[in-house]
Amino acid sequence: MDFTYTILIPLIPLIVFLILGIYSLKIKEKAAGIIGVSGLSVSTILSLYTAYQYFFHVGKVDGVYQPFVEKTVWMNFTDTLAIDMGVLIDPISVMMLVVVSTISLMVHLYSRGYMHGDTGFTRFFAYLSLFSFSMYGLVLATNLFQIYIFWELVGVSSFLLIGYYYTKPSAVAASKKAFIVTRFADFGFLIGILMMGFYTGTFDFLTLNDTAALQDMNSPIMQNAGITFMGFSVITTALVLIFAGGAGKSAMFPFHIWLPDAMEGPTPVSALIHAATMVVAGVYLVARLFPMFYFVDDGAALQVVAYVGAFSSLLAAVIALTQHDIKRILAFSTMSQIGYLMMALGVSGYGGDEGLGFTASMFHLFTHAMFKALLFLCAGSVIHAVHSNLLQDMGGLRKYLPITHITFLIAALAIAGIPPFAGFFSKDEILVAAFQNNPLLFWVEWIVAGLTAFYMFRLYFGIFWGKDRVYEHAPHESPLSMTLPLMFLALMSATVGFIPFSQFVSPDFVAYSTHLHWDVAAMSVGIGAIGILLAWVMYKKETTIPATISSAFGFFYKWTFNKFYFDELYLFITRQIIFKRIAQPFAWFDRNVVDGTMNLIGNSTVAISSKIKGTQSGKVQDYAFTFVSGIVVLVMVFVYFMN
Amino acid sequence: MDILSLFVTVPILTMLVLVFTRNRKQVRLVSLFGSLIQFGMAIHLLFAYKTERAVNTDIMVFVKDYVWFEQLNIHYAIGVDGISVAMLLLTSIVVLAGVFISWKVEDLAKEFFISLIVLATGVYGFFISIDLFTMVVFYEIAVIPMYLLIGIWGSGPKEYAAMKLTIMLMGASAVLLVGVLGIYYNSDADGGPLTFNILEIAQVNIPFEAQRIFFPLTFVGFAVLGALFPFHTWSPDGHASAPTAVSMLHAGVLMKLGGYGIFRVAMYLLPEGAMDWSWFFIILSSFGVVYGALGAIRQNDLKYINAYSSVSHLGMVLVALLMLTKTAWNGAILQSLSHGFMTALFFALIGMIYERTHTRDIMKLGGLLKVIPFISAIYIIAGMASLGLPGFSGFVAEMNIFVGAFQHPDLFRRIATIVTVSAIVVTAVYILRVVGIMLMGPIKNPEFNVLPPSTWYERYGIFLLLLPIIGMGLAPLWLSDMISASLTPFIAQFENIKYLSHGF
Amino acid sequence: MPAGVSLYEILTVSTLLFFIGVYGFVTRTNLISILLSIELILNAAAINFVAVNKYLYPDMLQGVYFSVFIIAVAAAETALAISIIINLYRLVTSVEVKETETMKY
Repeated sequence: MDFTYTILIPLIPLIVFLILGIYSLKIKEKAAGIIGVSGLSVSTILSLYTAYQYFFHVGKVDGVYQPFVEKTVWMNFTDTLAIDMGVLIDPISVMMLVVVSTISLMVHLYSRGYMHGDTGFTRFFAYLSLFSFSMYGLVLATNLFQIYIFWELVGVSSFLLIGYYYTKPSAVAASKKAFIVTRFADFGFLIGILMMGFYTGTFDFLTLNDTAALQDMNSPIMQNAGITFMGFSVITTALVLIFAGGAGKSAMFPFHIWLPDAMEGPTPVSALIHAATMVVAGVYLVARLFPMFYFVDDGAALQVVAYVGAFSSLLAAVIALTQHDIKRILAFSTMSQIGYLMMALGVSGYGGDEGLGFTASMFHLFTHAMFKALLFLCAGSVIHAVHSNLLQDMGGLRKYLPITHITFLIAALAIAGIPPFAGFFSKDEILVAAFQNNPLLFWVEWIVAGLTAFYMFRLYFGIFWGKDRVYEHAPHESPLSMTLPLMFLALMSATVGFIPFSQFVSPDFVAYSTHLHWDVAAMSVGIGAIGILLAWVMYKKETTIPATISSAFGFFYKWTFNKFYFDELYLFITRQIIFKRIAQPFAWFDRNVVDGTMNLIGNSTVAISSKIKGTQSGKVQDYAFTFVSGIVVLVMVFVYFMN
Repeated sequence: MDILSLFVTVPILTMLVLVFTRNRKQVRLVSLFGSLIQFGMAIHLLFAYKTERAVNTDIMVFVKDYVWFEQLNIHYAIGVDGISVAMLLLTSIVVLAGVFISWKVEDLAKEFFISLIVLATGVYGFFISIDLFTMVVFYEIAVIPMYLLIGIWGSGPKEYAAMKLTIMLMGASAVLLVGVLGIYYNSDADGGPLTFNILEIAQVNIPFEAQRIFFPLTFVGFAVLGALFPFHTWSPDGHASAPTAVSMLHAGVLMKLGGYGIFRVAMYLLPEGAMDWSWFFIILSSFGVVYGALGAIRQNDLKYINAYSSVSHLGMVLVALLMLTKTAWNGAILQSLSHGFMTALFFALIGMIYERTHTRDIMKLGGLLKVIPFISAIYIIAGMASLGLPGFSGFVAEMNIFVGAFQHPDLFRRIATIVTVSAIVVTAVYILRVVGIMLMGPIKNPEFNVLPPSTWYERYGIFLLLLPIIGMGLAPLWLSDMISASLTPFIAQFENIKYLSHGF
Repeated sequence: MPAGVSLYEILTVSTLLFFIGVYGFVTRTNLISILLSIELILNAAAINFVAVNKYLYPDMLQGVYFSVFIIAVAAAETALAISIIINLYRLVTSVEVKETETMKY
């Protein structure tokens, strides 16, 4: 079993990035598109081949998937701590490889049509390649530090892509915000890594996740887990801090504010980075360290994950109800679904059927990537046609955009959890896991499922049905280069639910089988159907019901519409407190106190010398007088002491 | 002539030849030729050192010792270890890049390049000295030309800045001299003769009381040059007024003398003093890290931003040195190198932008990415390197510092470390602020719709500085191994007092 | 040697002369007066030399010679000083000390 060749999967996009990046002003659009797509195709083929080999041929030994590691030392810290670079092939990384490859390839293909004629076309493809490289590296990372390295690179690619339209101030502001908010979360992540490295003596995932050591109270890791630091067990603190990093990338509360603004980037970017791949990096990180989360301190850190995830999913679903920008609605929907994934990890157990939450989370990650990318790409197609992001400017588009309409409908049904589309199966497993372990969270997520169906179909009816608008020029269906990826992803969204995921992915890498729980399934489909029906009634034809309801809930509606004022709160903290109350006084202090002291020393030297320089008047008479009086005094003293 | 003394003699020869040049073209060619030779020597030394090190396990290699003034036992003693080899390489690269960037200096070109090379001579001499007295002499040689360079070729309130910089550094060197003499007069504690030689003093057990007194003097004396809070205020004013190449050399190389001197003299010779005082200076320097970063947020002048960012980055060097672990020390040296390249690159780019737009106020600039894409793209890359993006040298250095600093289990150092780490967020804020305002967004001034693209000498300067940043970032192992191998004698100094094994 | 006049009387006179000179030197602002005061000081010194020689070492002549030297030097110095003062007067049309400040600080 040799997977060393997988190192090529990230390296090929890197080479493409270097070629396109260095010659970004020389390479023409057509060549850039071909180079970008063909490079990624090779990576995709390799990823799929790896998945095939791993899952069906060599990965499984005695029913257990064996991890494969190939690594080399990149930098030494201490005698024990070092950063390794390498590839780690195990079920979740292979699964992620497939997700990243598929979506990235589709987005590359789609972008050739979407970005056609843009002056920065080559630059755009260079950034996309950089992102693909970083994301592959993140997925294949063998240790915490390697994942941190690619984590930062992913953040930078996201920064570059959000700020792609760099002459637009809102895009610049959004890219800055995304980078700084995630950077702030990464600060926690880094501290977590440092603590983990110090107390466990390793960054390596396989060593950290050694379940035998985790269950043995006398192993070094568990011994150190007993150490408390400022009142908390150090390992738990480290895990929570690492999760904070994950929450930053995955836009979990309270770091979620960057995600809606990130929609300033080109739509294919939103589909790739902010729906399917980068934002699930946090989930992937928790999944990577799942045994640690589960065993240390009886899963105290996992509780945090579960509640943060559930709260975020509810918050985002509520906010999504009232937004008007279609991409922002999708962004909040993404946040809500990632909350689902986190929650599922949080309620999961370990081993056998207990691991259902973990499996479900990975399964939903997989299916969600498909239908959410599809939704974004459809939104891109719609925006391409009507040149607006706002729901008010749309309506009745089903006649003009037939392919987009059908594919969007499939995706919406998938996310609403209607059988037999993909979302139904994965969401059902999540709800089952929650139902078995934490009924409170189950009911929360059940409500969220209803909300999801409602706002999705509000979007659907709002765009494709409702009242016809007067368009400046008639909207037309996008070219084939854009609709082909849509159709492919629609196919995937409709079918991937039938994959028996528990055969491939489980926390302990042991294959097991799951079956539908009809009671939970009925409940979830039921509330989904109610949501769809409500949306049907309210938005199929233009009615006054939405306006009546929003005015009935006046105060609540206002808060929801303004996203509960989180942006304003953070702005207040940064602008008013950090900038005005801290940085500004610091600058003042520096100029006036610190520098003032130095100037004071200089100036007082000057002042004193100008006071006493009068004694050197140049008047010989003054000198003579001083001289004579000096002699007189000396003589008197002399005479006095002589006698 | 041994290879190390060449580092001092070649610049002096270059200077002599420069005296006889007739016009600007000759001046430029001679300076370029001279600094190319220095660069070549530094590369050669790197490989010669690696071969020599394989067979020679002395603390210093290529050691040469000439008596200079017998009565006081002053020698001209030179030698290098991995740290100084790396520093010499840094110096030669920055000097060469500085010559490229100053290609178009108009006024008094000959005098400008002569002063620049005097400065370089001082720096080279400082890094190869192992005799305290020689070291101090070279230190002064490096500082003095600064006054002329800023005072004559500077801009803005240049006389004030030059005076302030020189006086603060001179004041520091007065303190330093007291510290050095203190070490000298205690070097006979074990009954041997008084000596200035670092290697010999390291063998002596200087009494604890003396260490306690002279450590802070030596430390502060060097740390002013390393921009220790609150003695950093010469740096923003000085850099803002200095011409481009001088800022590059000063921030890139001269400020490194501070950290290097602290490590080589203050900590190596006075380990117990270092242990006794470390808590105090950790507070100052870790505060300085955050303070510098916060200071940079509110500045609008590009050079001020960069100067404050230097305060922050060099504060990390000081914190790391005081953390007294091998990993942190390794990080400190790497950070010195990395900051040297990065900040020189920044100042070079700022100089180019200033030359084209005649302003350094970011509020007046905007959308430069569209007008001068090459320079702007490099600025973004330099910014990313500065905020510690993996793949660039800053990340490698910072991670070594953080991991090393975290090896202390005691709460005080933990908190100092966390405070230091928090600077990475603030750094991101001020870097992205500049990038967002100056490079992105709409073009604010119609005059800037067309600006001349970068010239060949600017590109050479940029690539010279960018390559080591990327090289260190992608393959840190060979450099960090060379440095960490040279840290063993330092560890031994501290292990003698059984410090590293337990907290303080 | 006059009868009834001892060395002390002569020394008293020369001391008075000396201090009158010093007083004049310090207080006068006219350059000519200052020059006169210097002459007084020099004369006081010359008197002392002659008197001490005469009273204490009557068979030696060094003191007398010295006073001749002093007179010669005083003459040369006065000539020099007067010429400077005249030139100064041409320059600033004044012989007051306060007016000649161009080289101060």
